[in-house]
Amino acid sequence: MSLALSDEQELLRSTAREFVAKNSPVKELRRLRDAKDPVGFSRSLWKEMAGLGWAGIVLPEELGGSELGYAELGIVLEECGRTLAATPLVSTALLAGNAVLLGGNELQKKEILPALAKGERILALALQEGAHHAPYAIATRAEATTNGYRLNGKKTFVLDGHVADQLVVVARSAGTSGERDGLVLLLVPKSARGLTLLRTIMVDGRNAASVKLDGVEVDKSALLGAAGRGADLLDKLLDRATIGLAAEMLGTLTEAFERTITYLKDRKQFGVPIGSFQALKHRAANMFVEVELSRSIVLEALRAIDENRPDVSQLASVAKARVSEAIHLIGNEAVQMFGGIGVTDEEEIGLFLKRARVAELTLGDAAYHRARFATLSGF
Amino acid sequence: MENLDSFRSEIGKWLEETCPPSMRQPLGPDEDLNWGGREKKYENPEEKLWLERMAARGFTTPTWPKEYGGGGLSNAQARVLNEEMRRLHCRPALVSFGITMLGPVLLQYGNEAQKKEHLPKIVRGEIRWCQGYSEPGAGSDLAGLQTRAEDKGDHYLVNGQKIWTSYANYADWIFCLVRTDTNAPKHEGISFLLFDMKAPGVSVAPIKLISGTSPFCQTFFQDVKVPKQNLVGKVNAGWTIAKALLQHEREMIGGMGLGMAGSGGGGSLDQLAKEYCGTDAGRIADPLIRDQVAQHMMDSRCFTTTLRRSAEEAKAGGGPGAASSIFKLYGTEMNKRRYELLVKTLGSQALGWEGEGFNARELGTTREWLRSKGNSIEGGTSEVQLNIIAKRVLGLPD
Repeated sequence: MSLALSDEQELLRSTAREFVAKNSPVKELRRLRDAKDPVGFSRSLWKEMAGLGWAGIVLPEELGGSELGYAELGIVLEECGRTLAATPLVSTALLAGNAVLLGGNELQKKEILPALAKGERILALALQEGAHHAPYAIATRAEATTNGYRLNGKKTFVLDGHVADQLVVVARSAGTSGERDGLVLLLVPKSARGLTLLRTIMVDGRNAASVKLDGVEVDKSALLGAAGRGADLLDKLLDRATIGLAAEMLGTLTEAFERTITYLKDRKQFGVPIGSFQALKHRAANMFVEVELSRSIVLEALRAIDENRPDVSQLASVAKARVSEAIHLIGNEAVQMFGGIGVTDEEEIGLFLKRARVAELTLGDAAYHRARFATLSGF
Repeated sequence: MENLDSFRSEIGKWLEETCPPSMRQPLGPDEDLNWGGREKKYENPEEKLWLERMAARGFTTPTWPKEYGGGGLSNAQARVLNEEMRRLHCRPALVSFGITMLGPVLLQYGNEAQKKEHLPKIVRGEIRWCQGYSEPGAGSDLAGLQTRAEDKGDHYLVNGQKIWTSYANYADWIFCLVRTDTNAPKHEGISFLLFDMKAPGVSVAPIKLISGTSPFCQTFFQDVKVPKQNLVGKVNAGWTIAKALLQHEREMIGGMGLGMAGSGGGGSLDQLAKEYCGTDAGRIADPLIRDQVAQHMMDSRCFTTTLRRSAEEAKAGGGPGAASSIFKLYGTEMNKRRYELLVKTLGSQALGWEGEGFNARELGTTREWLRSKGNSIEGGTSEVQLNIIAKRVLGLPD
């Protein structure tokens, strides 16, 4: 599949860009933050986005989806990334939604995915337990009962977990933390007894949750995929979510870069635009290199999912590592080049830095993905 | 597409029938590709035969027009030819600066007589060209060049000195930037001349590099007579041609960082790291080297994907996109990092200079590491590339 956008994809891009600029500009994120909005995103906006087909963009038509590809979803994510739009795309459409789509049985898919596509169901993946992304480091126990499982454990950094209607909990039915074998993915309703959700407010103005599972009972029908083989499903959904997140980050870093270049042209000191100084020009050019490399690898990785290629996992790591490093560099350089105004709360560039750091750490930073790439490549 | 498929099978069959067996072997340690030229001595008759067969179909310059000896292929067909040659391990029949640098600008700026005279000889590898650009006082500031060409009626009289002239000691002809107006602003007094390196008054002295090899020369001109018909384009309008040619040169150098991604030096980076650093449960034992090998392979993947995206966007929308401005910069910097990593990986085995105690691969790595230092200098330094991106792509003010 060509890396150049088709006419249809260009059209989707301009539609998406217009929509987020009008309905979810950066100041909307600021408003949600300052109002200490209990949800952390606008439910009505999410409904509207769902109405455009974005919530279920990659779902099959019979499940209420648009049956488009990741190339298209990536465009929407990228445009949302440009305005730092807070949406449940990552938590619901990419992470937990894929757990259902890729691991669910017909009943589970029919019950959940059409509602997801309509924007009426928020899902969250309860995965992380420590301070770092480590998908097999699962100590949460799923103890077998006569009817199903009993869950005990703690989760952290569960994106949109505080407002999710259902959680997909990654737990261990066998083995010890760190082992790939013995994982199960279980659907848990928010109303389950023994489930405690604590909203955590993150630096980027978005929300996650800490989750406590204290003897939560679910029956067998809660199981997604094969018991004990949860890692197969988890790997697959994480590849897709990681690539999707990388697409959102591409939009964020591109916007931060473009705002910085504009500032370098406008801001005058010593009677000249500061962009005329070579000390800044070379740094700007180096950022441009990172933007271009990021764009190429994100487009390639999105298409690899659509083509069901065997190197999707490797590409997920190449793409996430690249955009994580690029967004780190650009976020820091942008604030420095904006000077004093760059460290004020009033100037929006600081919000890009904050989002950069959260996104960088989400689903593994660059070092994590280099190590993963090495393992996948056999060295 | 069907068209390309039948072209592919025809080309594949033709290559299998015509490419001599020795031309389907990798280069030996002391072998080089065929650069052609009047002085070329053929120790292997198959090398000569391979060049003749390829040149007869114009396949040494597949996309050049047939009327000048080229293959007349479309870009897509040329890509197929390239892919088939790689698939069958056929060596390039000819490499030269005539093919990669002079030819493309002659096609654009040369007059009919010049094209008829010079292009077919490039295609057949009869004339080997060198590039007279840099001078001792004009490196990054190339337009500050001082080599003079005085108008003497029917000819120019050339006096001056060039430096970093690649393989001038093997070249038959030179394409050369000269100053034809010393009073005009520096970009507006430059002309583009072609002349024979055998002309009286031309002399050459190779320069020994830190790598121990001598790919570059100093080239001296003392009262060299150049016929007026050897002026390409208009007098004093040579800077435009010079820049167009630099673009071709930078693409060529940027591309050198490729193909070697993760490989080269007789093994892939990860294999070499396992061999020299040991393994621990199948992993490269040194975690820092492992991290850097992964980093390099990922950088390389991002870079090759960017090359492909640029080509595909150009095909879809016409003209090269902004991404192409990073090729020379990133390709050469990545190649330098690769050799630094190779040296780190091979340890003291990459620090031998000659003689016993080191195998050919190790000695080669030492030399190539040193040679790679020139990549980000030749053809426009990385700093000049950053200036170009800042000015032309980002529109930052002077």
